[in-house]
Amino acid sequence: MTRVDDGTTSTGRAPAVEPVAPGEWRIARWTPESRVGVVAALVGLGVLATLPDWGSSSDMATVVEIMALLALAQMWNLLAGFAGLVSIGQQAFIGTGAYALLVLADDHGVDPFVAVWLAALVAAALSVPIGVLAFRLRGGYFAIGTWVIAQVVFLMVTNNTALGGGSGRSLLSLGDYDRITREDYTLYTALVAGAGAVAIVVLVLRSRLGLALRAIRDDEGGARGAGVDVYRARLAVWVIAAGWTGLAGGVIYLQRLNVQPTSAFSVQWTAFMIFIVVIGGLGSTTGPIIGTLVFWILRDQLTDLGEWYLIVLGAIAIVMAILAPKGIYGLLNRIRPFQLFPVQRRLRPRRRVKARSAS
Amino acid sequence: MEWVNAVIQGILLGGVFALFATGLSLAFGIMRLANLAHGTLALLAAFIAYSMVDATGVNPLVALLAVVPIMFVVGYALQRGVLNFTLTGDPLTAILVTFGLAVVIENVLLERYSADARGLDAGSIESASIRVTDDIAIGWFPLMTLAVAVGVLGLLYLLFARTRAGRAFRAISDDRATGRLMGIDDRHYYALAMGIALATVAIAGVFLGIRTTFSPADGNAQLLFGFEAVIIGGLGSLWGTLAGGIVLGVAQTVGAQIEPGWSVLTGHLVFLAVLAVRPHGLFGRALPA
Repeated sequence: MTRVDDGTTSTGRAPAVEPVAPGEWRIARWTPESRVGVVAALVGLGVLATLPDWGSSSDMATVVEIMALLALAQMWNLLAGFAGLVSIGQQAFIGTGAYALLVLADDHGVDPFVAVWLAALVAAALSVPIGVLAFRLRGGYFAIGTWVIAQVVFLMVTNNTALGGGSGRSLLSLGDYDRITREDYTLYTALVAGAGAVAIVVLVLRSRLGLALRAIRDDEGGARGAGVDVYRARLAVWVIAAGWTGLAGGVIYLQRLNVQPTSAFSVQWTAFMIFIVVIGGLGSTTGPIIGTLVFWILRDQLTDLGEWYLIVLGAIAIVMAILAPKGIYGLLNRIRPFQLFPVQRRLRPRRRVKARSAS
Repeated sequence: MEWVNAVIQGILLGGVFALFATGLSLAFGIMRLANLAHGTLALLAAFIAYSMVDATGVNPLVALLAVVPIMFVVGYALQRGVLNFTLTGDPLTAILVTFGLAVVIENVLLERYSADARGLDAGSIESASIRVTDDIAIGWFPLMTLAVAVGVLGLLYLLFARTRAGRAFRAISDDRATGRLMGIDDRHYYALAMGIALATVAIAGVFLGIRTTFSPADGNAQLLFGFEAVIIGGLGSLWGTLAGGIVLGVAQTVGAQIEPGWSVLTGHLVFLAVLAVRPHGLFGRALPA
């Protein structure tokens, strides 16, 4: 059986090998590819961190954007691919992150590069009441419900003159930094946001919460019966995703410098997350990375097409969702299963133990 | 007196929301399909009517005679050709596909009609009204919208309660597999249901277009309004949809009376209040599984 998911099913069975006495099994999560994957990711991250020394401003801006998109996509995937929470309202947290950054930095004198982290906490805090309300809805209606709530946040912000109303405000406190320092700090924050998003998903999946989520996804009733607190597990992952989405929102506006409600709360953000995850591979940690790169290349290529660009993206997403629901990562896995991150538990015979007992 | 007027106008506005909500509720009730492209499809209908009026000069209400069957066929084909393949038990695929569809249709409309606001001119009926007192006037067109909403709901009630097809719809809604064992062609009936849903959304879209100006990006707001009406009224309740639409309409007009910018926000807040206090809606039986 080919397992496409990074996260295996909760009822994963041992591979068929010679019978070995119990106690001679070990649980392995690292595979040769995942060792390579993690090392490659760390090396890549290190290389990108030296970008200020050799890249141009626009290279750095590109990396910031890609990292922010990666963070957004990883978080959306954590919700939809592992927790069964398909939200169309993640723009609520992007906008909240952006505006919290603005208020903390410009109105309360917090350093913007500190404020962006506090903004993530604000987004996480806001997500609790939003989750409590939205969790009363299921499936498709949950999706539309989160969208309504995002609109509520948008309307409250856009009617608030202190926040600049419909025309928004500029992040003036960033003027305290010279351009070079600002760009460097923004890049570092973006790298932490992007790599951190991958790390969070991997850590969540390896944790008790990750097991609970996959149990719920495979069989909600069964998970409940096994003592999983479904509501708490979902709320926990919802809050984590909201906070990190808020951080990514802050990073995006550290770069854009100008916060406008219609763009910060645009549903297009969620459309991009969906596109990236569906193309790359829903329910895997590697998928959103592939998806982010494909999305960025496609956008670069199709940018002259105007409306046709979104028509093409939408059409690709529809076709992929029906014909290849596990995305590009799923297709690659059909050829040869691989895992870039150590999230799946496998049973392996404990060879060393046997060797010792033989001597 | 202003407040009485606001409530009356809100009740009439509820007719439009009820029309939007009906098709959404229908698709969800029968196929467990939350159609995120519902609002954008209403805009598609409005633009088809716009093109017909533009080409032939007919009244948009007459154009409706063609737009409704066109949207029925679109709905049938869409369900049979695409959406039936998304009903895998996991709502995820349907959400992704209908959301993608909304993006595609909205941008096709943008490409074809640009982002300019358009309107449908239905002639003198748009401004005609019944004068009740000096402060209160009831427009004929909003009244007609509400009457049509009631009529559509009544027809659907008869269809589901009294006809053989209605029994088939209810059967596959309750249990698709058993319905199929009883010889019901579920794919055909699902397609019919989507056809009917889009026929109602065609009426909603054209009435919306007569009522106000519209542009391609307006569809999502209509989806949210229709959805709110469904939840306020209670899932699975046909007449609850009408009540939900009216509650939402009154919330919006009364909100606008308090402060002009608050119309939509007040509607959303009333929806959230209902969700918080009475999540199964005013007339619903239970939360969806």
